Amino acid sequence: MRTVWLIIATALALALQTTLDRFVRGQLVIDLVLVVVVYTALTSGSVAGLLAGTFAGLVQDAMSTGILGMGGLANTIVGFLAGVVGTQFIVAHAFSRFVVFALATVLHAAIFMGLYQGLGLRDFGSPYRAVLEQALGNALVGVLAFQVVEMLPGAVERRRSRPRR
Amino acid sequence: MALLDSRSRAGYLLLTAVVGHVLLISAQVNAKTGVPILEAVTFGVFAEVQRGTSAVTNSIRGVWTGYVGLRQVRRENAELQRQLSDAQVQLQEQRALADRSRGLEQLLALRDRTALETTAATIVGSGVTPDFRTVTIDKGSLQKLKADMAVIAPAGVVGRVVVTSPGAAKVQLLIDRNAAAGALDERSRAQGVVVGTGDSLLRMDYVSEVADIVIGDSIVASGIDGIYPKGFVIGRVEVVDKSGGAYKQVLVRPAVDFTSLEDVLVVLTPTAATDAARETP
Repeated sequence: MRTVWLIIATALALALQTTLDRFVRGQLVIDLVLVVVVYTALTSGSVAGLLAGTFAGLVQDAMSTGILGMGGLANTIVGFLAGVVGTQFIVAHAFSRFVVFALATVLHAAIFMGLYQGLGLRDFGSPYRAVLEQALGNALVGVLAFQVVEMLPGAVERRRSRPRR
Repeated sequence: MALLDSRSRAGYLLLTAVVGHVLLISAQVNAKTGVPILEAVTFGVFAEVQRGTSAVTNSIRGVWTGYVGLRQVRRENAELQRQLSDAQVQLQEQRALADRSRGLEQLLALRDRTALETTAATIVGSGVTPDFRTVTIDKGSLQKLKADMAVIAPAGVVGRVVVTSPGAAKVQLLIDRNAAAGALDERSRAQGVVVGTGDSLLRMDYVSEVADIVIGDSIVASGIDGIYPKGFVIGRVEVVDKSGGAYKQVLVRPAVDFTSLEDVLVVLTPTAATDAARETP
């Protein structure tokens, strides 16, 4: 069931990402797919985060013009580590979630850009500002997503009854 | 335990996912050198492994080679030392042979110089006590050696035969306390009797106080004793003391180095004095 929800969430994120990006003409600083991955990891654990990252990343790669596997690898690692953080620490507060989303975004950017840069496939110039903006945007969206989901009826109970790994 | 297992599973899953992604990426991307990234990464990783292995192997080989080389060097060193020892022995033998040849040549020259009938002999032993300065030579009565025959060397007078056996003879050196020889100063013809002192110097007795003897004069056998042929060198004056009574105290340095004596000539021809003494009833 979680897999289905993951697939649906990823599909929605991709759809929304591409839709929004069309409106802002490439100025979108939010990676909704990454938000979904981190959210899944924080709510379902490292394995779920890993699987979500692999799936979402590969799909994202497949739909882009980049190398298949670059985003998948970055999302996989980020999803796994976010899941580890979610299971090892109490990430229930909005600020802590904000930090996790922000750091996850920075880590994702580092891996993704590092791979491209390391392989000599693309030069990102000085991406610090863009990464920072994306980290803030992802963190805001992620925290907001948590808030929205937790406002749904029975969300707390569902989360408490959910086994974590 | 279950937590550890789940963590291990998650770890293995992550590893699998990462490797899968790397393979996926490498299948599409060539490295800067144009080689597929998988090949480049694999080569890079295994090259490091190979380098490490090679370093370890080279170290072990170096140590082993050094050990083996050290053993070989030790063996070669021992062999070279043995060869050096052999060479040194051979060199000593050659040198000894050369010295012996030189000595024999000198003896031969001496024999040719003199009209005396002589026989060469080799010193095979020395005296058993320092109180008696004697040597043993390898010729005896079978070679017609008799007592009181003079023994000479290229440098000068050595002594006389005192005892003979069929194959050997004992020679009393001139430096023995009981040895004596008629002598004269080659330059001034002053006469005296040279006697042994048991030491390295000879003493010339019965030298008149008015005799003309100075340091450095050559003292030769006078032949008056009937043993030593006239004119053979005994030594050189080293000390002349005029403080005595009727005679001068004269010390003579022997011409022969008795410490390095190896080959000698035994004078078989009796001297004129000996013949005269024998003829006297």
